[in-house]
Amino acid sequence: MPSVEILSRIQFAFTIAFHYIYPPLSIGLGLCLVIMEGLYLKTGLALYKDITRYWIKIFALIFGIGVATGIVMEFEFGTNWATYSHYVGDIFGSALAAEGIFAFAMESAFLGVLLFGWNRVNKGVHFFSTCMVALGSIFSALWIVIANSWQQTPTGFRIEGHDLQARAVVTDFWEMVFNPSSVDRFSHVIIGSFLAGSFLVMSVAAWYILKRRFTEHAQAMFKVGLGVAVIAALMQLFTGHRSAHYVSKYQPAKLAAMEGHYDSSAVAPMYIVGWVDNKKEQTTGIKIPGGLSFLAHGSFSAPVEGLRATPKEDRPGAVNFVFQMYHLMISIGMILIGLTLLAVFLLWRKKLFNQRWLMTIFAWAVLLPQIANQVGWYAAEVGRQPWVVYKLLRTSDALSRKVTADQVMFSLILFTLVYMLLFTLFIYLLTRKIQHGPDISENAETEYHGYYHDNITYHPTKL
Amino acid sequence: METILGLDLPTWWFLVIGGLITGYGVLDGFDLGAGSLHLFFKKEESRRLVLNAIGPVWDGNEVWLVIAGGALFAGFPLVYGVVLSTFYVPFMLFLVALIFRAISIEFRSKEPWLWWRKMWDISYTVSSTAITLLLGLVLGNLIHGLPINKEHEFTGTLLSFFNPYAILISFTTLSLFMLHGAIYLVMKTENRLYTRLTVIVNNCSKFFILCFILTSMATLIYVPHMTHQFKSHPQLFGLPMLAVLILLNIKRNVDARKYYTAFLYSCIITACLLILFAVGLYPNIVISTTDPAYSISIYAAASSVKSLKIMLLIAAIGTPMVIGYTTFLFWTFRGKVKLNEMSY
Repeated sequence: MPSVEILSRIQFAFTIAFHYIYPPLSIGLGLCLVIMEGLYLKTGLALYKDITRYWIKIFALIFGIGVATGIVMEFEFGTNWATYSHYVGDIFGSALAAEGIFAFAMESAFLGVLLFGWNRVNKGVHFFSTCMVALGSIFSALWIVIANSWQQTPTGFRIEGHDLQARAVVTDFWEMVFNPSSVDRFSHVIIGSFLAGSFLVMSVAAWYILKRRFTEHAQAMFKVGLGVAVIAALMQLFTGHRSAHYVSKYQPAKLAAMEGHYDSSAVAPMYIVGWVDNKKEQTTGIKIPGGLSFLAHGSFSAPVEGLRATPKEDRPGAVNFVFQMYHLMISIGMILIGLTLLAVFLLWRKKLFNQRWLMTIFAWAVLLPQIANQVGWYAAEVGRQPWVVYKLLRTSDALSRKVTADQVMFSLILFTLVYMLLFTLFIYLLTRKIQHGPDISENAETEYHGYYHDNITYHPTKL
Repeated sequence: METILGLDLPTWWFLVIGGLITGYGVLDGFDLGAGSLHLFFKKEESRRLVLNAIGPVWDGNEVWLVIAGGALFAGFPLVYGVVLSTFYVPFMLFLVALIFRAISIEFRSKEPWLWWRKMWDISYTVSSTAITLLLGLVLGNLIHGLPINKEHEFTGTLLSFFNPYAILISFTTLSLFMLHGAIYLVMKTENRLYTRLTVIVNNCSKFFILCFILTSMATLIYVPHMTHQFKSHPQLFGLPMLAVLILLNIKRNVDARKYYTAFLYSCIITACLLILFAVGLYPNIVISTTDPAYSISIYAAASSVKSLKIMLLIAAIGTPMVIGYTTFLFWTFRGKVKLNEMSY
């Protein structure tokens, strides 16, 4: 049987990757809901009420699974990583406690009103609740990213005790919170989440447009989604650049792994695509000469610290993996910018919604931000190895000492089965919701047949 | 050591965590109890009504568990690691049960088919009951003490959790939550369902009184360390007396159809029992049955003074806010449950 370390790492990676399908969608949808309901309040049009109520139902489904799989993450620190918990508790714990008390409580309480409060509270209070849920989900991300960023670039602490009794203790709370990477990483994560949510909205809308169902509603949804997506895609270019810049400054070994750069005395290129051979310590591919040098030092001819500058046991082993994940994220980011700009241009020329090929792409494009969010985290977390707290605590030292491989194997199998079931149900119920579509308030009779004839509302294009 | 109002910081944080766990017990306690009772209702409409009685609030209630977990992680990281890794398998089952409880509530109403609804009904009752029993099991073992060695490592096996005392505490927790849940549902329902629930409340209170008496006796006989504090501070005996008085009051209020008062009392009794437990444990959190000297006290486990101070400040700012949201939520959904198109 594999070692406790490998099993615990697989379990953590699997449960966090699965969990991370949902929070970005909640955060992005939260913003879209605020816009939709805001438009309803502003215009008073039933159309916006319908789409708000429709997306609230989907939001509830996503949020529910996000919460259920998120609690697992919190407790897994203690069950599988007891030494780590003891080591970082003084710091990480306060961020988690702050998340619970400032973000999660707010989000969950107002969610009750958001979901069940249409007939109980007036429009203004309901809109306020929607805003609070959206804000709460962003605050949640804020504290979690702060905690994770501290692991990447620890500051504001000192070490007490030795060996297994060692722990990090807060010396400056704000320095811990605003550690060198937290702002850049938080903005990068949030905008990635806006992309995930807005592309889901656009995907569903594009599918309706292709099927010629709920066309008017679908176009309204699509515009809301596109508005968020185009701004987010462009901003991601900026936050991504900032994130890469902090990595170059504080985690040079990770940056070197991302670009497969070994030799510290050499000018570093930036690859478009490539392949790293970690044994021969060579990288081949299509590259922009001096690109990484420019990113790190603002000059195309400056040498960049390579992987060889870090002893082998202190640097990530899966260099090609980090390289590929990082490049996949960037490629997707570029595609998203292209897609959203093209859609905005066509919308301006009033020919967006009859471009069936583009609508087909948008129906599938929901997967792109999801993949980018996932692989971006893979690059960030695998690139930090072999450290769990950068340069302070090794992943192999962070385990629970008394947990056995049998126990972890048991829980890993359990979570695999439960999550497979959960994912199947999620996809099934989401598909059903999408097929059912929004309940239209003006012509209420049609929905009783369970099939909506939309040829009345369908306007091909107004050229 | 620094003190605030005469209490040192680890004691304050012990109180905060105690308060959060009590909040979780009081709030999610009735959701879990309602879940355990769910299959006793046979009609589709009744099941929907009892489900929607907790519909808007259960998620917010569960947050108290997340906050309590975070608070334990932050304030006593050593205990967080030791307790969670010691109870590895029970906690994994607990987490899976929490997932199933959440999705049962969420997914049940999504399809009209009989088999679909029945499947989620069963899953809902089983997971709610499992959560309660596992919480009780962990609590029972913490009261009883664990075989912990000098390095704070657990030396027992999975089977050592299933001692008679811990199993008894499991069932006492179940009976308490079922009673609490039944009273909550009485408060939220009307007509025939209401009448049926008053009968259930009566049966639950009998079940609970039986468990309460057994637990009290077993604790006095088998868990002498829980009574130390009471011997040195005899005024603390007021607490168990209070619990008994409240128990009698619950029945009186239900008979008089004063459900709000009855519910208030069942909240107090949940809190009372957790306070009894905390008083018996203090100043330890994990008691070693191998050697009392190996027990983990709040002082050995506490985070740094600075960290505790920061977090007390966070708690002082955050708690009124959380109480505010919770009150707003319960106020919005006050009164009897009515089904509408957004209901589960």
